[in-house]
Amino acid sequence: MNNQETIASPAEKLSLLKKFRLWREKKRIQIDKWSRKKPFRRKMYLNRSLYAMMTPYLLLFLAFTVAPVVMSFMLGFTYFNMLETPKWVGWDNYINLFLNDPIFITAVKNTLIIAVITGPLGYILAFVFAWLINELPGKLRAIITLVFYAPSIAGGAVTIWALIFASDIYGYANAYLLSWGLISEPITWLQNANYILPIVIVVQLWMSLGVNFLSLIAGLKGIDKNQYEAAAVDGIKNRWQELWYITLPNMRSILIFAAVIQISGALGVGAITTSLAGFPSVAYSGHTIVNHLQDYGSIRYEMGYASAIATILFLVAIVLNQVIRKAIRKVGS
Amino acid sequence: MPDQVKLTSEEEKNLTRKQKRNERKSKMIDSRPFAEITSFKITYKSKKKKRLNRSKTGDALLFIFLALSGFLSILPLVLIFSNAFKPLDEIFLYPPNFIVQHPTLDNFRDLGVVLGTSLVPFSRYFFNTILVTVVGTVGHLIISSMCAYPLAKYKVPGRGIIMGLVTYSLMFPSSVTGIPNYMILNWFGLIDTYWSIILPVVASSLGLYLMKQFMTTVPMSLIESAKIDGAGEFKIYWKIVMPLVKPASITLIILNFRSLWAAEGSTYIYREDYKMLSYALSQIASAGPARQGTLAAVALIMIIVPIVMFIISQSNMIDTMAHSGMK
Repeated sequence: MNNQETIASPAEKLSLLKKFRLWREKKRIQIDKWSRKKPFRRKMYLNRSLYAMMTPYLLLFLAFTVAPVVMSFMLGFTYFNMLETPKWVGWDNYINLFLNDPIFITAVKNTLIIAVITGPLGYILAFVFAWLINELPGKLRAIITLVFYAPSIAGGAVTIWALIFASDIYGYANAYLLSWGLISEPITWLQNANYILPIVIVVQLWMSLGVNFLSLIAGLKGIDKNQYEAAAVDGIKNRWQELWYITLPNMRSILIFAAVIQISGALGVGAITTSLAGFPSVAYSGHTIVNHLQDYGSIRYEMGYASAIATILFLVAIVLNQVIRKAIRKVGS
Repeated sequence: MPDQVKLTSEEEKNLTRKQKRNERKSKMIDSRPFAEITSFKITYKSKKKKRLNRSKTGDALLFIFLALSGFLSILPLVLIFSNAFKPLDEIFLYPPNFIVQHPTLDNFRDLGVVLGTSLVPFSRYFFNTILVTVVGTVGHLIISSMCAYPLAKYKVPGRGIIMGLVTYSLMFPSSVTGIPNYMILNWFGLIDTYWSIILPVVASSLGLYLMKQFMTTVPMSLIESAKIDGAGEFKIYWKIVMPLVKPASITLIILNFRSLWAAEGSTYIYREDYKMLSYALSQIASAGPARQGTLAAVALIMIIVPIVMFIISQSNMIDTMAHSGMK
């Protein structure tokens, strides 16, 4: 009753915040009454603060991650140029992609080459480095972690590779090869279709020790040291057996997380090629699926076609992830 | 062993230190007749026991490998650092010097001149980047941790589905969502505003995933006792859970800072005075080969801030990553 009296009092005497609080309290009482005797509603009411806390993120996540995936799946079946309403074309986009678009086939080939090399190799390197770093004493470990992790933070540093592989004699690669007498005239690295892909792979490998690398270091650090001593008693002979029977099974979940991050990184290569070899690269030799997607999405405005490409990239990523997660679950058993 | 060495207090008083040591040694040898007769063997055996299953050549080879690859990994960054301080004649030197011989600040001065004469004042780009970075980082930290807390600590209906979606969203490269994101931002009328850069980052899923994983380690008893004391859920989250997950918060700050600091904003922003620092700097760098020194100076500025932030927070990041496991 007390509440209702204050609400009834003249509004101009109350500050805005107080008014809001009273309004909220009134609503709360209403909802409280409404939720009695209905278990589901009651549960919603009692946990209302939890739902309120989750709502902002979930709305954003829905709008910028879930909805885009669904939209690109649906737009993949349409012709859409941002001006007219989307026109349903069925499987045309996919048929065109695989049968009438040789550049897409090149892009798929390049992406798979990059992913197959930088994915597993980068993953193994990240693990090996993390594993070796784990045995170092504190200070040294921190420094070496920084040495390996720094390239992946230094996103803007890709430009330095353009300088190293510049096609005149001032490019570092050319200059050193010339002065050592290995080549007689400068190589046009980033204008030569034979060299672009290998260079992209090297740079991607250089940058691939990121979040996955840190999580592997953390995973190794977390393994109980007593297990190794116990294993030594049980007849584990060398560090390789130790690795297979103790280290890997103990950090299986971290291995899966690192693999997930690694795969999405390896399939997402695109910015590196653009900043190294330009867009489009010579004879499309460094053209990846992401480049193709950007070409149709932000240059030609063929959104339907671009969405079909995005959907294919999405499916490839999900399938690869499932296969690799299955494989990692079997490690060390 | 100690009880064998122990002497009665009367005897002990009479013995000097040296005698005591001799006494102890002889007793030890007596009690274990076969092992450790020579001092050499003792050290050898104990060393082997401490460093389990390690061969010396293996150690040496692996650490040479580690050192070499570390050198290769840091080399391009050293080159950036060195180039940023090279005078013009040293940049166009053949054969090139790897390390700068006569360091100058010319490149930074040139950069200042170029930026001073640009259409939009340099301070504007700088302001844009700082604003977007701070709002995006803080926003993501608060919003995603607020969502992570119920997911980590309560059986919220739909928890499995939400975590499943988050896990799946880690699996594909972010370029998949680029085009629909543009359309959605367009519907909300957010193209050409700072929000077009901030919102997709705030909604990114890695932060939520790490936060949720880390929050599961917070003991439930702590939350319950706070509840008995009359704290509401939001108060518990803000006053109890957040201070406990500080390493994860710092990790989130670093990861978001890194991506926002490097954001060019050229895909969703067309107005010149709303573009970001890294866009402005990359425009300068693309002006041609004469700007190579300036380019290195630009790259140095762009990479030094995130690297310093990582150095400060390294141990926190590794603590957080320890909980990143996925089934």
